[in-house]
Amino acid sequence: MRRASLIGILLLIAGAAPFLVSGFHVFQLSQVLVYAIALVGLNLLTGFNGQISLGHGAFYAIGSYTTAILISHEVLPYWAAVPIGGAVGFVVGFLFGLPAVRLEGIYLALATFALADATPQVLKHRRLEFLTGGVQGIVLDKPDAPGGLPLDPDQWLYLFCLAFTIVLFAMAWNLVRSRTGRAMIAIRDHPIAAATMGIHTSRVKALTFGVSAGYTALAGGLGALITGFVSPDSFTFFLSIDLIVGVIVGGIASILPMLFGAAFIEFTPTLASQISDAAPGAIYGAILIAFMIFTPRGLAGLLGRRFGRATKGAGT
Amino acid sequence: MREFLHQLLSGLASGAVYASVAVALVTVYKTTHHVNFAQGEMAMFSTYLSWMLISAGLPYWAAFLVTLALSFAGGLLIHRLIVQRVANQPVLTVVIVLIGLVVIFNSLAAWIFGSSIRAFPSPFPASAWYGSVFLSPHEVGMIGVTFVALALVFAFFRYTHLGLAMRAAAENPTSSRLVGIRVDWMLALGWGLAAIFGAVAGMMAAPLVYLEPNMMSGVILYGFAGALLGGIENPWGAVIGGFAVGVLENLAGAYVVGTEIKLAVALVIIITVLVFRPTGLFGRRVVARV
Amino acid sequence: MMRTASKVVPLLLALLVPVGLAHAKDMPGVTATEIKLGQTMPYSGPASAYAVIGKGEAAYFKMLNDKGGIKGRKITLISLDDGYAPPKTVEQTRKLVESEGVAFIFNSLGTATNTAIQKYLNQKKIPQLFVATGAEKWTDYQHFPFTMGWQPSYRVEARVYGRYILAEKPAAKICVLYQNDDFGKDYIAGLKDSLGDKYDKMVVKEASYEATDPTIDSQVATLQAAGCDTLVTAATPKFAAQTIRKVYDIGWKPLHFMTNVSVSVASVITPAGPDKAVGMITGAYLQDPNDPASKDDPGMNEWRDFMKKNLPDADATDVNYVYAYGVSLTLAQVLTQCGDDLSRENVMKQAANLKHFKIPVAVPGIEVNTAANDFRPFSQMQLAKWNGKTFERFGKVLSGE
Repeated sequence: MRRASLIGILLLIAGAAPFLVSGFHVFQLSQVLVYAIALVGLNLLTGFNGQISLGHGAFYAIGSYTTAILISHEVLPYWAAVPIGGAVGFVVGFLFGLPAVRLEGIYLALATFALADATPQVLKHRRLEFLTGGVQGIVLDKPDAPGGLPLDPDQWLYLFCLAFTIVLFAMAWNLVRSRTGRAMIAIRDHPIAAATMGIHTSRVKALTFGVSAGYTALAGGLGALITGFVSPDSFTFFLSIDLIVGVIVGGIASILPMLFGAAFIEFTPTLASQISDAAPGAIYGAILIAFMIFTPRGLAGLLGRRFGRATKGAGT
Repeated sequence: MREFLHQLLSGLASGAVYASVAVALVTVYKTTHHVNFAQGEMAMFSTYLSWMLISAGLPYWAAFLVTLALSFAGGLLIHRLIVQRVANQPVLTVVIVLIGLVVIFNSLAAWIFGSSIRAFPSPFPASAWYGSVFLSPHEVGMIGVTFVALALVFAFFRYTHLGLAMRAAAENPTSSRLVGIRVDWMLALGWGLAAIFGAVAGMMAAPLVYLEPNMMSGVILYGFAGALLGGIENPWGAVIGGFAVGVLENLAGAYVVGTEIKLAVALVIIITVLVFRPTGLFGRRVVARV
Repeated sequence: MMRTASKVVPLLLALLVPVGLAHAKDMPGVTATEIKLGQTMPYSGPASAYAVIGKGEAAYFKMLNDKGGIKGRKITLISLDDGYAPPKTVEQTRKLVESEGVAFIFNSLGTATNTAIQKYLNQKKIPQLFVATGAEKWTDYQHFPFTMGWQPSYRVEARVYGRYILAEKPAAKICVLYQNDDFGKDYIAGLKDSLGDKYDKMVVKEASYEATDPTIDSQVATLQAAGCDTLVTAATPKFAAQTIRKVYDIGWKPLHFMTNVSVSVASVITPAGPDKAVGMITGAYLQDPNDPASKDDPGMNEWRDFMKKNLPDADATDVNYVYAYGVSLTLAQVLTQCGDDLSRENVMKQAANLKHFKIPVAVPGIEVNTAANDFRPFSQMQLAKWNGKTFERFGKVLSGE
């Protein structure tokens, strides 16, 4: 019951937020929601299924670009382009996940890191320039609120993102408590026992990869909308690093704490710059290390058993 | 034909940079079972220390040795003071700590030393007999140094008691403690040793790629790829992997797909190899007991 | 008499107040004592080498403020870190505009980063003034009337090289080495502009590299094998130094053009080897503090004085500080020309009204000129050739139009 009331309070605050703060703060909150969706996606794969991905920025980029291309070439309206971006991400993730089932631990980490590193180069390629805009990127207009609702574009986009966040969080919550979810966790904890029990390990792993990529790609699509711009430079491997940081700081194998992880990656770099503009990176790194020393299992670990059921054994 | 030779030899030169980083990565892995993502930035920082010493007037080899000693101490301390604290945590927690170290070293280097590129001297004279149009004397020397480092690492782990103790500490900490091995110090020593090899890698690469805070950021991925391609437990494999990555990248760019996509192609090839040989070309197959 | 005056005076004052308020309303970010400006700079991340530009500008404005500012108004420059990531640039720029209430955005750095905020700023009619990048798109006054660049665009520079090649070496076989981003690709576009339909015949091979590549040895080998006798290099300082050295080491002696972004004597030529760069040509518009040719130049000495007094601990060989000085001076001129009307429209109008403005640190003979239909403060450069000790300027001041 306590968790239900916590969620209720969060929803209330989330719903009221765009009317309590101004313009660019609403933009920042939208970005937090977008990151939260991406982090849930990554956590499904890495936290609940034990497959380490250091390259989820690539899927974020795929979703962003798909959405941007569909909107700028006037193929689909924005509210349809975002889920299609997610769907494309799912397909790519699944196709990547199929051969990737053979890779374990650091080998998979390398493969995903390589994917993230190669993605900007592919996006810049001249053969694809007619679609992607090459190095110049694609500029998007911010959509207005529909039907003359008294909302400015920032507020409307925030609520648009919030709707997706609620739905996707709920879906993820359901997924990890379902049979498939238990299969995912079983594969993480003891792959051989899981296979022995009749779980089709490679199929579940590849599907998890797909779902995870789909989540992050959809987040990317939303991100493209709220920023209004995509370019290869927006999706360097630093993004992939940020995503994994967000997952760990929030708490591996948890869902609701991903909001905290998202807030961390959105606001801490700015905080670090304010503390020191000579060496902001050093401050950020120190904050990261301090977090890991004092809350090694992230916020979820700190809050303990409430979120801990699935975290036991995660991340090892 | 001439161009092919040129590309091949250039590939070996850049491969030597990757391979020497791979040697450091293998050292850390064998002793702690973690991949040290911060190895490149630590190497860069060590190279800056060396540069400071040389600028202050120390002759090259004196600066070289002092840097190795300082790097050893630095690696040891970082492990004892920072990494050790999360040693029993999930591997991803350790990864985040390493990412934190990467960001700290990079930012500190830019702040203390500035971001302008600096030339770094080479111990191999520019007019040496083993230089050629394809490979400068430094590049030849660097390849040689890589193999020397490799031989030292291999011999250390295979033939010395300390090396054996360190491998045991990583493989089975509990049993190692039972036979009297001080596991925590073994891990720290592993970091110190890796830092030495990292410093060597940095000082060999700097004359080629120029010293600046981001000198190693591109290299670490290739060093990592090379180490895994060859098999992360195997020093020989890692070095061959490093050279292979260098040559592959050059040939892909020159002959197969052009420079605009060669990074992606090289990485696709590496991943494909790993899919068919998941523990690397020369790695051991790990058999798990149920 | 007094009683009428005591009625009239308050009436007059009451009339003046709304005028005063209306005046202040038209000049966001400006008060009687302060002009607030904003910018984003990559203080963290891979492009952090350029953040010194922000530091140089801060020092310049501090010096100006100590002298009383511009007509009694002090300049406050709020410089925020965007890590060279466009989404962060959007966030920080919005913060500057909506939270800090700056008058306009000055010299934010980066092409992708500035592209991300271009539409937003133009829609809100906020000047995006003197952007710190050389992309050609910042001169499009018809679609983006509030955006203006400062340095000569890369494309214009490449056109100058192309025309020179057509005039002096029409049978040249050209190779291009370029960074695979908008900076490098602008050079290809500029060469295409000037070579026209001869491009495909003359440019035999193009090779690109990524900013994350460790070396460019392979690319240089490929280009040499293509049999070129002319090389145009669009590379950032580290890769430029590697290119100069490698080209020399493999015994290749092409006619070598180098982007003026990477010709710093201290940061590029010296590490590469001054004897290895002999014969290299570039199009200069600013002077180099380490070039012996600038030793006695009064403009450069003024700069050296500025550095000694205001940035004594800074690396005075870093040409980015020369750039910062030049662009800050230009802004000061624009603000002075505005007089008391520091509204955003007038700032843009005055920025497009610079006539024969001489900057002390520019190459002698090159001036800043803008007009309502010419958003290119710098469109001239002079070719210079490295002779082993200095860049010797030759020929006339050329226009890249």
